[in-house]
Amino acid sequence: MSQVVTIRRAAAPSVKELTVISGKGGTGKTSIVASFAALSQNSVLADCDVDAADLHLVLEPHVLRRHQFAGGKRARIKLGHCTACGKCEELCRFDAILFDGPGNGTVKKTFRVDPVACEGCGVCAWFCAERAIEFGPVVNGEWFISETRCGPMVHAKLGIAAENSGKLVSTVRTNAKRIAEERGLDLVLIDGSPGIGCPVIASVTGATLVLAVTEPTLSGLHDLERVAELTRHFGIPTLVCVNKWDLNPEVCERIEARAQERGLGLAGRVRYDHAFTEAQIRGKAVVEYGQDGCAADLRAVWATVEAHLDGSARPTGEEL
Amino acid sequence: MKVAIASGKGGTGKTIVATNLAWLAARNGQSVAYVDCDVEDPNGHLFLKPRIEDSRPIGWLYPHVDENLCTQCGLCGEICQYSAIICLPGKVLVYPELCHTCGGCSLVCRPGAIREVLRETGKLETGSAGPVQFVQGLLNIGEAMSAPLIRQVKAAAPEADLVIVDSPPGTSCPVIESVRGADLVALVTEPTPFGLNDLKLAVGMVRAMKLPFGVVINRAGFGDQETQEYCRRQGIEILAEIHDDRRVAEAYSRGGLACEAVPEFRACLEDLLALLWVENRTAPGVAASEVGL
Repeated sequence: MSQVVTIRRAAAPSVKELTVISGKGGTGKTSIVASFAALSQNSVLADCDVDAADLHLVLEPHVLRRHQFAGGKRARIKLGHCTACGKCEELCRFDAILFDGPGNGTVKKTFRVDPVACEGCGVCAWFCAERAIEFGPVVNGEWFISETRCGPMVHAKLGIAAENSGKLVSTVRTNAKRIAEERGLDLVLIDGSPGIGCPVIASVTGATLVLAVTEPTLSGLHDLERVAELTRHFGIPTLVCVNKWDLNPEVCERIEARAQERGLGLAGRVRYDHAFTEAQIRGKAVVEYGQDGCAADLRAVWATVEAHLDGSARPTGEEL
Repeated sequence: MKVAIASGKGGTGKTIVATNLAWLAARNGQSVAYVDCDVEDPNGHLFLKPRIEDSRPIGWLYPHVDENLCTQCGLCGEICQYSAIICLPGKVLVYPELCHTCGGCSLVCRPGAIREVLRETGKLETGSAGPVQFVQGLLNIGEAMSAPLIRQVKAAAPEADLVIVDSPPGTSCPVIESVRGADLVALVTEPTPFGLNDLKLAVGMVRAMKLPFGVVINRAGFGDQETQEYCRRQGIEILAEIHDDRRVAEAYSRGGLACEAVPEFRACLEDLLALLWVENRTAPGVAASEVGL
């Protein structure tokens, strides 16, 4: 023991990012983020589950600014110019060219682009000898800067059947961080999406800490393994929280043991409690709706997470 | 008959419905294929417990540049919309993980310096779970794009009376790829505000794709009545209402088939199975099958 060093917060603290993900869907991510938002005093919220965003249902954001999101391009065949040569159909690898467009005087039927299947590669437009294919950016979503009773929030809505959710996630995250810096807030709370693919990768890379919310089922255990592998791949410290733990205490223990074997920390358990859903139905965060039961569990989980964010606990759960 | 089981919100019970339907249909003597397209987190195998007979790497093509043939014309970098191939003086850089495998670069390359090679991004597994033919895809960890993998998983599905496609949650590219070409999409939801909000997004998606669809309300009686109201107002067929039952959740938590453990659940899915074969599904119907007993 040489000396005790007290780490003080610098005048301009760097912004930390906590991403809540789960692998398996429906484990309670969004309800947990809403409760964290109510408990933390200094955070900006980022709803990065852009293709099924729900946080706004609880936090009722007042939208201050809305922006269009143009994350990709689309091809469109100009009806009058198409000679039905079929080159576009031959080259498209996404089955996005259909031979069911109306006639145009020259040919009885023309080709048409299925906008849902179009991947925006532009190959058809490049090789169309008649220059009959327009290719340009499309608006495929919107993102918002809002104010909520728990602080500022950045959220988004991906267009119907649109793609590029990863880019939209990055847009939401970048702006949430910028707002935190501008307002001197020290935490961005990120609500992630299920899975381990593109939007999840965009929401966890470079985060300070990941909280993986799981449930005591074999699916929960299986998906947690995949999430743990993902955060290890990107080198992000990860804590695990088992929601509805008492539905199957035995599987809960297996999950926690497995998490520790993999070097993940434990953030605590949340009991199965109907108040979890009742709060959602009333448009409240669980900790705003009640004090006992799952609300008390969530306060304890938040205290653990906050301690890890502050660096006063080891990120991997290897307590001495 | 190809039925896709999808949902906007995760954790509403897609896999419970998909695996139990496959099991029931097979018991009733139909030939059944179960195709797990949730390649990021496939879970159907936990319940159907298949014997995997074949497991092989799958992936997609990306460009490989032969620098000896390259004339530095720069066209490949120009056509690529994904910044997956970038031409610098004296060198062409390729970023395989950004490649959407459109083939544009190799098409524009006049000297033929670009050859497409396979990059492994996941696994395709096939086998059987009793009478159910089983197919699943598994995305490698750290890979971002699951849609090209899903396309290959679907292509590997065997012929059967009933093909059940278990889709990932959400409404974006992987889901679109999973449900595309289905004869019917069953959107599984739960009667909560989150469930309803995400159901509306999923309905928007299947309508944009012009696919016949209906709704399965799981854990009915657990939340509120808003979802039923919404379906009624929109003229959306409720294919089944599965009542909230802790025994179903418990069977699920152990990796068991709820059909075997809970007779009421089984009766409800028998009704759902019968409804799948109803023809002329374009007309809005109101058949709500309740759990009998």
